[in-house]
Amino acid sequence: MNFKISSFANRTEIFGFLVLAVLIVVILPLALDIFRLNLIGKYLTYAFVAIGLVLCWGAGGILSLGQGVFFGLGGYCMAMFLKLEASTPEATKIQSTPGIPDFMDWNQLTELPWFWEPFHSFPLTLVAILVVPTVFAYILGVAMFKRRVGGVYFAIITQAIAAILTILIIGQQGYTGGVNGITDLRTLMGWDIRTESAQYTLYFVNAFLLFVVLLVAQYVRKSKLGRLLVAMREKEDRVRFSGYSVANFKIFVFCLGAAFSAIGGAMFTLQVGFMSPSFVGIVPSIEMVIFTAVGGRLSILGAVWGALIINQAKTLLSEAFPELWLLAMGGLFIAVVMAFPNGLAGLYTTYVEPRLPKFLSGNGGKDADDDSDADVPLASKQAAE
Amino acid sequence: MFDGYTFSELTSILAMQGFAGLILFSVFVLMALGLAIIFGQMGVINMAHGEFMILGAYVTYICSNVFSTYLPSLFGIYFFVAMILAFIASGALGAAVEWTMIRHLYKRPLDTLLATWGLSLILQQVYRSVFGAREVGVTLPDYLLGSFQLTDMVEVPINGVFVMCLTILITAGVAYLMFKSAWGRQVRAVVQNRAMAGAVGINTAKVDRGTYALGCGIAGVAGSAFTMVGSTGPTSGQLYIVDTFLVVVFGGAQSLLGTIASAFAISQSQSTLEFFLSGSMAKILTLLTVVGILMLRPQGLFSLKIRR
Amino acid sequence: MVRKIEDKSGLLSSLRRKLILGMAALPVMAMSPLAAVASDANTTGLAVTDDEVTVGILHSVTGTMAISETGSVQAEKLAIEQINAMGGVLGRKIKYIQEDGASDWPTFAEKSKKLLVNDKVAAVFGCWTSASRKAVLPVFEQYNGMLYYPTFYEGLEQSPNVIYTGQEATQQILAGIDWVVKEKGAKSFFLLGSDYIWPRTSNKIARKHIEKLGLKVVGEEYYPLGHTQFNSVINKIRLKKPDVIYAIVVGGSNVAFYKQLKAAGIDLTKDNVTLLTISVTEDEIRGIGGENIEGAYAAMKYFQSLDNENNKAFVSAFKEMWGDDIVIGDVTQAAYLGPWLWKAAVEKAGSFDIDKVRAASPGIELTTAPEGYVRIHENHHLWSKTRIGLAKKDGQYDVLYETEELMEPNPFPEGYQ
Repeated sequence: MNFKISSFANRTEIFGFLVLAVLIVVILPLALDIFRLNLIGKYLTYAFVAIGLVLCWGAGGILSLGQGVFFGLGGYCMAMFLKLEASTPEATKIQSTPGIPDFMDWNQLTELPWFWEPFHSFPLTLVAILVVPTVFAYILGVAMFKRRVGGVYFAIITQAIAAILTILIIGQQGYTGGVNGITDLRTLMGWDIRTESAQYTLYFVNAFLLFVVLLVAQYVRKSKLGRLLVAMREKEDRVRFSGYSVANFKIFVFCLGAAFSAIGGAMFTLQVGFMSPSFVGIVPSIEMVIFTAVGGRLSILGAVWGALIINQAKTLLSEAFPELWLLAMGGLFIAVVMAFPNGLAGLYTTYVEPRLPKFLSGNGGKDADDDSDADVPLASKQAAE
Repeated sequence: MFDGYTFSELTSILAMQGFAGLILFSVFVLMALGLAIIFGQMGVINMAHGEFMILGAYVTYICSNVFSTYLPSLFGIYFFVAMILAFIASGALGAAVEWTMIRHLYKRPLDTLLATWGLSLILQQVYRSVFGAREVGVTLPDYLLGSFQLTDMVEVPINGVFVMCLTILITAGVAYLMFKSAWGRQVRAVVQNRAMAGAVGINTAKVDRGTYALGCGIAGVAGSAFTMVGSTGPTSGQLYIVDTFLVVVFGGAQSLLGTIASAFAISQSQSTLEFFLSGSMAKILTLLTVVGILMLRPQGLFSLKIRR
Repeated sequence: MVRKIEDKSGLLSSLRRKLILGMAALPVMAMSPLAAVASDANTTGLAVTDDEVTVGILHSVTGTMAISETGSVQAEKLAIEQINAMGGVLGRKIKYIQEDGASDWPTFAEKSKKLLVNDKVAAVFGCWTSASRKAVLPVFEQYNGMLYYPTFYEGLEQSPNVIYTGQEATQQILAGIDWVVKEKGAKSFFLLGSDYIWPRTSNKIARKHIEKLGLKVVGEEYYPLGHTQFNSVINKIRLKKPDVIYAIVVGGSNVAFYKQLKAAGIDLTKDNVTLLTISVTEDEIRGIGGENIEGAYAAMKYFQSLDNENNKAFVSAFKEMWGDDIVIGDVTQAAYLGPWLWKAAVEKAGSFDIDKVRAASPGIELTTAPEGYVRIHENHHLWSKTRIGLAKKDGQYDVLYETEELMEPNPFPEGYQ
């Protein structure tokens, strides 16, 4: 193996990665109390989705407005396992059928539905978290990309799917917990996830997974696949005429994004302690696109920053001015789209990087950086002119 | 489920059910027409479409209050005044939005989605600050309430008939504008080939603004009409957005005829299913069918052959 | 259930430790009576100073639920202001921290945690939907907080950390159905609801009760939240010709449903059909329009038009604070009870400590309640009367009937599950 680190990431990217790592693993845990840290952990679960969106949308030009579906599926898989563990016959003995989740009892179910059975087992649950959303994404991807559905149409169809799944979950409340979701989750294999120590542990597990996902995403971007994605975004037909199967690449990256989102969803359930259909629908899905846009749709690190900063701003603004935060948020989105189409990451490369000492910037020089140029979509270059 | 009913009862129920489907159809067409113009003709994804509709609804609300306080004798006709004002208000706001935001984004259609989503958040908060978080009730003139008694069993709601007439009127107006007027020719020229249209002397920027304003104005009228059947609150607009987009996409974005056909197909299947299944299941089945067909036929029911 | 006992024993032992410490400090304290009161009143580190106590208000002021929750926020602020004007609780003025749940359940969980952990509030008045309550419940149980929850809801819950100031489903439903059966001679019912847990559970209880009376349910239908086209179900209602339409439609759907019902020629003011609802308060009528719902019956515990001295004072104080054109619905009144019930419990316990307030809560009575008289049951719900109101064109209800006795709250009805 003649693996060279410089082919994997340039100095800026390594520097950015390290800064983020220090912030998440060292600074935040030291600076914040567990309540705020838990919130940061929650925001970071959205970053998983945002990273997937950078690959699909930023690199590949496939905008999905239904990422909440995959986030939700991952989260629900985890929640089903935790709920079954919380619903022991002893804990639920006041029910008419002890041993099944409380909401099933309220809905006159007398036995556990078959699709809940696998969630008694933790290994099967972990498999399900990754496989269920990915398979779902695969089916959608095959159906749409093979028929060359793309762009705006893809966005609207995924949006409709998010709407359908929400109505379905809410309507089938005996099986899914309905609009309340699956609540009151307590232990993971006997380990109480609500204690402070557990929340610290979960935070670090979450951070670790996030960096794994970041590395995978970086690998994909730097691989031939990543370059093909960019090529497809700019001139899909040329890639197709060059003999590549455009649909397969799109399906792959869409599935990857779905898997990332599902991991985020599962970690969300663990850290927040419940899952509800309000994460599956259209609004959360669009919000996740917005985190990505604010962070910079071309930058996986930017996506993490976007998720962190927007959510932190939302929390702070809604504490200080509960009735005005929507105005500020709306204004921010418009400003980002209009003035900084490449988000925070774009601001960084334009204004901050040139002023940094040389050893930290790009490939060590000002020009010569063919990569960053190729990464900017044609459209936004035109807009910048 | 039909045991114990006489034939005449069944026919009259089916007649009324068919009529319910027609009302739903009119509602869909009204919602989708503005969007079809903006999205189909311009490629702009206007996520704030629902908020433009609600602007129309609030204008109607203001009118009903103003008329009942200052001009009670003219209360009977306020609704027509309100619809015109709703068209003007939404259209003017649309033109302003186009000028400040949208025109910078024509080359990035997906970004219009994000920007207009931001706009919809802002509008919602503005409505909430101005009109309060609670839903407001719009008082209708008496002649718009109640129903026509056709036979013993068959009754037809007057506001439904009103919405249908309005839909026909507006559709005819839009069709005339788009296909018969000079301005419509310019719009179609710009859609088909912007550069050439500019080269032959069409002011494309002006056409864009006009088209966008027209789409928003129709949304305003739709919102005004919906005060008769639905609710008016700061977030009511969001209820309509998915249905509306599906109708437009299903019909084939560039075709106004397609929008009408798809509104008809979706509304009839939904209202028929609603009668035999529960409301939630009907909605799921309809949406699933639409999505399924879209996967098989991504260009929608009707599609223009245009060169990309 | 087991878990709670453990929690308590843990708290008790820490309490004991504090008591021992307290005894050691006794001679010092004897010199300063005020300090003694302070330490008794707050042994668990709540945000209580010598002249101030902090509580939380947690409702949605943005998002879809803001429509409904605004009234509750106003009522809670009014109650707090009145209590402060009377000298506060145990000599301390109430200060509130308001947080926005933004109609988003995790936000509710997040904010409730902030209120309990960071702000250390002595009580929280808040939540509206069942989903938001379910989301905050684990937080309140874990950090041992006290929530006063104002909405009528589906029951099936009883937490030591919640006082439910609204009615649970059986209180609202049974009396209402008994009344229409007796007064209107109803034989057949059509159940209709928005598609989520409260309408579904309520209709289940209603169906059981109707069938127990030997009567018939001829239809049961649910529509997604926010649905605005009800013509199909209205046609089904025509086909089935029920004596009673039992409607639990909520939010924006309400407006659409009643407008379309009226437009379809089903005239509620005529005698051939009775509509009974448990989801439309005076608040909702403002959106629906009195002329559209005139003639419908509602079963709940409070109507703005209730004729008693308490209510007159309450309504005029409310209007003075929030404007003349405001209306007050069932939930708004229940929200108003929250701070008062909490004050009474704190004063009975002589302490702001959550455990002492909880222990003191059962049996607390409020004779000044606008609805008349309420008392907290051992199961943390309220004994209250159920009333039937007839909707009028001006948006108010005429109270036609009230149960003679207080209805016992029964969140886990036998056989209705």
